[in-house]
Amino acid sequence: MMLSSRRLFVSVLLAGLGTGLVGCKKKESAGAGPSGAGEASKPIVIGHYASMTGSTAHYGQDTDKAVRLAIEQVNQQGGVKGRKLEVVTLDDRGDSAEASNAVARLIDVEKASAIIGEVASSLSLSGGRVAQRRKVPMVSPSSTNPKVTEVGDYIFRVCFLDPFQGKVMANFARNTLKLESVAILKDVKNDYSIGLADAFRAAFTGAGGKIAVEQSYSQGDTDFSAQITAIKGSGAQAIFTPGYYSEVGSIARTAQRLGVKVPLLGGDGWDAPDLVKIGGDALEGSYFSNHFAPDVATPKAQKFVADFKAKYKQEPTGLGALGYDAAAVIIEAMRHAPNLSGDAIRSALGKIKDFEGVSGKITINGERNADKSAVVLKIVDGKYKYETTVEP
Amino acid sequence: MTVWGRRAAIAIGALGVIYGLGFAAEATLIEYVQRIVLLAGINVILAVGLNLINGTTGQFSIGHAGFMAVGAYAAAFFGVKIAPLVHSVLGEGALANGVIFNLALVVGGVFAALAGLLVGAPSLRLKGDYLAVVTLGFGEIIRILFNNATFLGAATGYFGDDPTGLPAYTTFFWVYAWALAVVVAFANLTFSQTGRSLGAIREDEVAAEAMATPTTRLKVLAFTLSAAAAGVAGGLFAHMQAGIRPEDFRFEKSIDMIVMIIIGGLGSISGAVLGGIFVAVTLEVMRDLQEYRLVLYALLLISIMLLRPQGVFGTRELPSLLRRMVKR
Repeated sequence: MMLSSRRLFVSVLLAGLGTGLVGCKKKESAGAGPSGAGEASKPIVIGHYASMTGSTAHYGQDTDKAVRLAIEQVNQQGGVKGRKLEVVTLDDRGDSAEASNAVARLIDVEKASAIIGEVASSLSLSGGRVAQRRKVPMVSPSSTNPKVTEVGDYIFRVCFLDPFQGKVMANFARNTLKLESVAILKDVKNDYSIGLADAFRAAFTGAGGKIAVEQSYSQGDTDFSAQITAIKGSGAQAIFTPGYYSEVGSIARTAQRLGVKVPLLGGDGWDAPDLVKIGGDALEGSYFSNHFAPDVATPKAQKFVADFKAKYKQEPTGLGALGYDAAAVIIEAMRHAPNLSGDAIRSALGKIKDFEGVSGKITINGERNADKSAVVLKIVDGKYKYETTVEP
Repeated sequence: MTVWGRRAAIAIGALGVIYGLGFAAEATLIEYVQRIVLLAGINVILAVGLNLINGTTGQFSIGHAGFMAVGAYAAAFFGVKIAPLVHSVLGEGALANGVIFNLALVVGGVFAALAGLLVGAPSLRLKGDYLAVVTLGFGEIIRILFNNATFLGAATGYFGDDPTGLPAYTTFFWVYAWALAVVVAFANLTFSQTGRSLGAIREDEVAAEAMATPTTRLKVLAFTLSAAAAGVAGGLFAHMQAGIRPEDFRFEKSIDMIVMIIIGGLGSISGAVLGGIFVAVTLEVMRDLQEYRLVLYALLLISIMLLRPQGVFGTRELPSLLRRMVKR
């Protein structure tokens, strides 16, 4: 039988596929727990859509772990309104059509009462439009673009905005570090990076500083020597490079190789364990703004770090802290809402004031954004060290 | 009844059926399923369009996401800008929206066709791998242009002037009416004299040239029409998604489109239709598998390619297959 080897291979593949299907199905039904009769004993579903795969999988996975931790802790305390909570996470592969599909599925199939998502602002915009149209409240943990909550009155967030972070770093550079002239190196492919750069430029020049030179790159670039050479000749005392961690690491290495000894400044896009892995000692003495500091934290934050480490055997990132806060804010709103309709949860979310979150005190303002403080971290010996807190 | 009268009657009948089905779909299906059905229709347009150049003509393009992007942005931008004018003439309502949407889609198709002409005219003198690399490059260039176009929202994407995004014009009726029109038009082209010449180019370009077939001109024609279909699909996608980002038209999207036509059978329009639906539905059906769905999706593709290397339909079409089965 000459043909059979191919047939055999295919049948083995299909058999694997089949067992995979059955195995995963089982796992999911086990997670739901024993469900009694009637609506009141069923768990309340909180949907989470995130990029669990793809180039920003790190962000989605960090956030999801923290969301699950928050829900688990609430369930140990008896849940909300006498009902347990359940998280359903759907992957969007970092694709906006899939993000919208995922939100539609969370609402239609999983019957989510509230939705958490996304990290990337453009995906929050896509998913948020579906949530808004269907009147299901959505809380974005870490989308910092101002447009996200402008979609409508069902869309909230628990992080600060791009302009605020740019302003924080500009004031820090001008007032604390006493810098006269700073270079900007931004990622033109990334709306987040552009937003921070714009805000930084406005605040820094407004405070009497000078932008020595402005250079750009595109996400995915690996060679930054041309940009760093241009910055080297400009006499800048620091480089503000508000990109994502993968490129920032390479930028730091390039700067070190070309003998540029000024510190790098950045935003919360730096916050990933891989940053120091890629950048190494080239990042020593650099500063970035973030949502919380793991080393100097409130009791609540310390407990979060300890619990997260105990469960996942790794340090939580700032995105994790925000994911935890997004879940906590939704739970708080559900407790205070008279019932679990979208409208009731939405009104309760709008009334959140001085809520003690892991990433600081959260007050939801009239634009459904969070008023909260930012911290500046310094990289010392490959670790993040708390430098200062900046109030809004 | 004249030939044209009969054709018009068939067309009106078909549109009526689509309208009825669409009405039923919107009344009964949940939004999640509706979205998948709409995406499937959009994929059909993409696949049938790409099949003309990659399958029928045998010139491998791996940059069609770029043309989809051109169509999506052109349709979205034009639709937003023309809406006040049309509304002032026709008032608000379904009629005005239909007019705006279809004008926008035509503009999207025309712009994508122009982009296709621009890319195709110089590069279709190349063959095989070289052409593939050039189209890949152009696809990326187009995407990066949008990434830097601030009046189109740069990296954030274009969401129109309204904070709730582009108007949701894309309905079941419009998607499938356009899909039907594209399928019929491309099928007629494929089985015309021009289509046979395109097939001749695929089989042996030198021989076709020797038989006085204007190969370059025909290749550019096929490429341009194919880009136009991608543009219309882009316009439908934009008004379904309420916004478009350059990142939605990455290289992976071009690969998705190639998977559609290879699964269905390179050179078969029926295959392209099937492949388009397959790609839209499969990943969503496997949602329960969480992250493993991408692994299984890849395994599924490998299995199909091992069992049927020529794709489900090969180069055959559904009608001829049915006829053979009836004869047996």
